[in-house]
Amino acid sequence: MSSFSAVMEAAAGLIISADADLIEIVLLSLRVSLVAVVCACVIGLPLGGLIGAFRFRGRGLLTIVLNSLMGLPPVTVGLLVYLMISTSGPLGVFQLLYTPTAMIIAQTVLVTPIIAALTRDVIDTLNTEYKEEFDSLGLTPVQRIAALLIDARYRLVTVALAGFGRAIAEVGAVIIVGGNINHVTRVMTTAIALETSRGNLELALALGVVLLSIALIVNASLTGLGQLGRRAGD
Amino acid sequence: MAHTPPRTRLGNSRMKINHARHIALVLAFVAGAIATFAHSMNSRLIVQSTTSTDNSGLYLHLLPLFKEATGIDVQVVAVGTGQAIRNARNGDGDVLLVHAKSAEQAFVASGHGVERFDLMYNDFVIVGPADDPAGIAALPDAIASLEKIARAPAVFVSRGDDSGTHKAERALWEQIDIDVDAASGDWYRETGSGMGATINVAVGSNGYTLTDRATWIAFGNKAQHRILVEGDPQLFNQYGVTRVNEQRHPKVNSADAVIFVDWLLSEEGQQAIADYRLDGQQLFFPNAGR
Repeated sequence: MSSFSAVMEAAAGLIISADADLIEIVLLSLRVSLVAVVCACVIGLPLGGLIGAFRFRGRGLLTIVLNSLMGLPPVTVGLLVYLMISTSGPLGVFQLLYTPTAMIIAQTVLVTPIIAALTRDVIDTLNTEYKEEFDSLGLTPVQRIAALLIDARYRLVTVALAGFGRAIAEVGAVIIVGGNINHVTRVMTTAIALETSRGNLELALALGVVLLSIALIVNASLTGLGQLGRRAGD
Repeated sequence: MAHTPPRTRLGNSRMKINHARHIALVLAFVAGAIATFAHSMNSRLIVQSTTSTDNSGLYLHLLPLFKEATGIDVQVVAVGTGQAIRNARNGDGDVLLVHAKSAEQAFVASGHGVERFDLMYNDFVIVGPADDPAGIAALPDAIASLEKIARAPAVFVSRGDDSGTHKAERALWEQIDIDVDAASGDWYRETGSGMGATINVAVGSNGYTLTDRATWIAFGNKAQHRILVEGDPQLFNQYGVTRVNEQRHPKVNSADAVIFVDWLLSEEGQQAIADYRLDGQQLFFPNAGR
């Protein structure tokens, strides 16, 4: 096993050389995970807002289920999505297996509970604060959820980032539904798994460092944007 | 509208319009992204493959040559032989390239495959720590060395994943009167993972394992491990290629699959397999015999 400095050197080498294959893999990782997080937000934000803002029968149970689904094992999600979109599965006619679209679907399933559960938590707290004001204004439910989501937007950026972190880091789901096909569905995590299985541990670790750097850049940009927006809003 | 909310920080209409515009933008973005991904995904050729042919770099050598000859792009899904066959049974592949002859024949017999052809061969080797605690290095015989490992007992790491290599390994144990399942978790350790992951475990636990030679030569984390037993005829490793049956699985890209299999079995394809070298060593030996 090589030393830590050798790994960092290899990682730096990978980044500096800007190898075309590496760039392709990085871009696909970003496209798949970012689109999945956007899809998960489209579903999870209103859902979390709904559960957070209103009291109804079964709300406690729904919250527990949602919180538990945050721990969905990626491999299980991969298998479920595989069974759905396999040629002999119910959605087989769309021929989605081994495409980036399949990977987006799997990561969306994985990330949506995280977005929804964390949004519910944020909105629940905020709703307690605004409840009386809302009641006096007589807002419709949709207006109410929209108002809460807009007011909580900066905290929800953190929620989206938590989802992104989960999506970009998982390997279990994308390797099953994507197939880790070279130049088609190979992303950072499946490339790391592949290099590990080839015994190229140094290269695998270096790829891990690259992945971490990308997560850092995405997080820093979104946090920076959030702060800019907050300043402009004040 | 029965009740118009007064302008407040939370209820103002400008914000609502912005909000609607945001949602529309997000939806357009999602639709656009999915549309760009979905295009040109039809009529591709998918090979469900064993891992050794991929991990050893064979496809990186063969596929560009095939593309040059025919213009067809091949996409390889490299999983264990067992999983490759299961995926192909679901119609999720056009060609099956694995190394477990009886399982391949069963695949054809059940109507999922058209016809199985011998493609190439190499051999399995038993690798282990250089200090060889079970003392198998001098043995020419795979069965005798496994027996010695079991009697020692020394750690033996098995794929445990129904792959071609796993099937070959189990067939060897079956010839000895040793119940490896009873020893599972003790000296017999099943990783349930690919060849490379299994070698990593063998290296990490100072154990022995059975691997195909191609994966071993290409493997980057050999540490102090080396080949201890090789050359036994029982360690012969035959690879076969089978087209998935389009009558059973109508979505199969059979036109390109026929071209690919014909090319692999042709003189040109066989020569390309023979030409592939890693570290100066030939990894696969063509034997289509056409």
